[in-house]
Amino acid sequence: MPETSSIGGKPVPIEVIEESLYEIRNKIHPRSVSGIFAKWRIILVILTQALFYGLPWLSWNGRQAVLFDLVQRKFYIFGLVLWPQDIIYLTLLLIISALSLFLFTAVAGRLFCGYACPQTVYTEIFMWVERKIEGDRFARIKLDNKKWPWSFKKIRLKLAKHFVWLFIAFFTGFTFVGYFTPIHVLSDKLIHFTLGPWQTFWLCFYGFATWGNAGFMREQVCKYMCPYSRFQSVMVDKDTFVVTYDKIRGEPRGSRNKSTDHAALGLGDCVNCSICVQVCPTGIDIRDGLQYMCIGCGACIDACDQVMEKVNYPKGLIRYTSENAMQNKEAHQSIFKHIFRPRVIVYSAIIGILISLFLFSLVTRNPLRVDVMRDRGALAREVDGVRLENIYRIQVMNSSEFPMKVSLKAKGLDDLKILNSQGREIEEIEVAPASNQLMPIKVSTMIGSSEPGNYPIHFDIEAQEFVGNKTLIRKRHEKSTFIIPR
Amino acid sequence: MSDFFNSGWSIYISIVTLIGIACCIWLLFSQRTITVIRAKDGSISADTGHVWDEDLRELNNPLPRWWMIMFLLSCIFALLYLFVFPGLGSNPGYFEYSTQGDLKKSLISANNELKPVYAKYMGMSVEDVAKDPQAKIMGQRLYLNSCAQCHGSDAGGSKGFPNLTDGDWLYGGTPENIKTTITNGRGGVMPSFAQLGEKDLVNVANYVRNLSGLPADSIKVAQGEAIFKANCVGCHGSDGKGNIIVGAPNLTDKVWLYGGSQATILETLTKGRQGMMPAQDKVLSPEKIHLLTAYVWGLSNTNSSAK
Repeated sequence: MPETSSIGGKPVPIEVIEESLYEIRNKIHPRSVSGIFAKWRIILVILTQALFYGLPWLSWNGRQAVLFDLVQRKFYIFGLVLWPQDIIYLTLLLIISALSLFLFTAVAGRLFCGYACPQTVYTEIFMWVERKIEGDRFARIKLDNKKWPWSFKKIRLKLAKHFVWLFIAFFTGFTFVGYFTPIHVLSDKLIHFTLGPWQTFWLCFYGFATWGNAGFMREQVCKYMCPYSRFQSVMVDKDTFVVTYDKIRGEPRGSRNKSTDHAALGLGDCVNCSICVQVCPTGIDIRDGLQYMCIGCGACIDACDQVMEKVNYPKGLIRYTSENAMQNKEAHQSIFKHIFRPRVIVYSAIIGILISLFLFSLVTRNPLRVDVMRDRGALAREVDGVRLENIYRIQVMNSSEFPMKVSLKAKGLDDLKILNSQGREIEEIEVAPASNQLMPIKVSTMIGSSEPGNYPIHFDIEAQEFVGNKTLIRKRHEKSTFIIPR
Repeated sequence: MSDFFNSGWSIYISIVTLIGIACCIWLLFSQRTITVIRAKDGSISADTGHVWDEDLRELNNPLPRWWMIMFLLSCIFALLYLFVFPGLGSNPGYFEYSTQGDLKKSLISANNELKPVYAKYMGMSVEDVAKDPQAKIMGQRLYLNSCAQCHGSDAGGSKGFPNLTDGDWLYGGTPENIKTTITNGRGGVMPSFAQLGEKDLVNVANYVRNLSGLPADSIKVAQGEAIFKANCVGCHGSDGKGNIIVGAPNLTDKVWLYGGSQATILETLTKGRQGMMPAQDKVLSPEKIHLLTAYVWGLSNTNSSAK
């Protein structure tokens, strides 16, 4: 190690020291903020939580509207009953969500992080509670200061805060479990202390995770755990709207007297009040430029605008703008033209196609499913020396919530006849709602009507679905093989 | 666990595992500090001082301390896990957990849950169980799992595997007979009569076809009768109606296990046949066999069962 290094040609004395590789977290005490972005965040917190907490309490057709029944492997979403076979819808939904994240990020940076991510939303709720009980930034800094001994007041405030936090956290855990166990049953069990071991485990797990992540970990989750925060930077380009400090306008920063002309002093518009740093939930200084810790919440924009108003400078020293716009000093109107760039158009087109496909396949989803399995043990058998029989197992699945009557036809060879395993004609098969039925059947043709060989045949299955007083016709076409041995 | 061919390998694996964990902890502690440059004014440079390719600097972004604590906790968790669960070589762990043991436990608990259901049917006669719609569904499931491979999903049988729906029984069709067949299995042997010579065998084949009313050459039938009386009546009986004690088929009906054409009968006579119904007592519990008996019996006794 050299004893000196040179900065700007001038030698500066330096010292080589050992420092811990692991950083002790400095607790961040964000200052409360009001303004347009804060308002939007509150709206989104209320909307997302109304959805999350409210959804399990809705009912539909006499059952919970949204219920993921893992034991029965049936997933109820309003009028829809999904079976594990419908996994493609989940896949599509996840792909659409991922692409939407790409699109939002390309257009306006980490919108999801700042407004809709559960980590942000619960942190916001927990900070609101904290502020109501312990006071704003300076009161909390004072309270958390090591110099303040554990007094009755400190204990009372901390206990009150954690009591409210834990209440919210466990209600969240309760709601979460309520998506998997009918929530009315769950609340009954909770009141009578008769929860099952797994229900208790998941309620506590989710509750503690909420308490820990929103109460203690907070920005550490975004900085060190969240994979999105790392790969979202790949989707950002020079035309993306991000929270930006206008360096050209702001620098050189410095405090000044209100009466003096700062331009004459050679100062920029930044009064160096550091309020933008105080309000930041991840504790960064936006004036250092865009950083991976920035969750794009816009709290610094709200805070800076208020200061600018007070000192009678134009607003927007920190604002949502793109790198290109900043450098080229573009007017607000012309920036919007850059939104429709190839990246955004391609993302939108793919999302559009996928959403259309998703909706189309959901609307035209056939609740009748049929599996035809040919008996492999035997090729064929003769009946009374006249007919030749192949045996199949037919599995009819009714994934709707209404009863079905199913009729069967076999086609593809001359004179195909279907009999049940007792050798009688099959009338209509009744399949109860959300259940399946397996039946062995015999399919036969006249001996000598076709040459020996394997013949592709198909089954035409037609079901009447009784939805209230309406009858819907559902059809399936299943392929199989008929073997005529030598 | 007997996956290792001697205990040396087990010890070797255990040592490698433990050294691996120890090295993780050592690495964490030996690398817990970093060398940084502090200027005279007390500020610490943002990079570690490492520079490559002229301007590529390694920044000093410290990890959070809770991350290190989590790492340590994972190491402790690993040690605890290795103590209670199998993982260190062939050591079964304090809980002596195994997936096989788990399977056994869940089988026992599942069987215990099913016991009252089965107990109800065990107390009923086969005829009554056959009338029970719930037992029928259970019986069908058992049948499709254990019997359908040979006898067909519809129980209609196939060449060499008897049809269970036609009321014709090689070993008798009473519930007791069926239960014995399922429990102990059966071995049906038709010996080869190749020593009689082809001409005589053709005559016998014609006689046998005539017994069940199939078209046959009357001269050969007459000639075949004497050969049949001399060779076949021991098992099939003088009237050809078979014998359920040895499982000899009734030759006077239209049911043919291997086929009733002259060529097939000739093949049966020349080469003999070996029929084999495997015993199920090792595979299925008595309760399941009881349900299966009722299902199979019910297949050909549909008139007496409630409809």
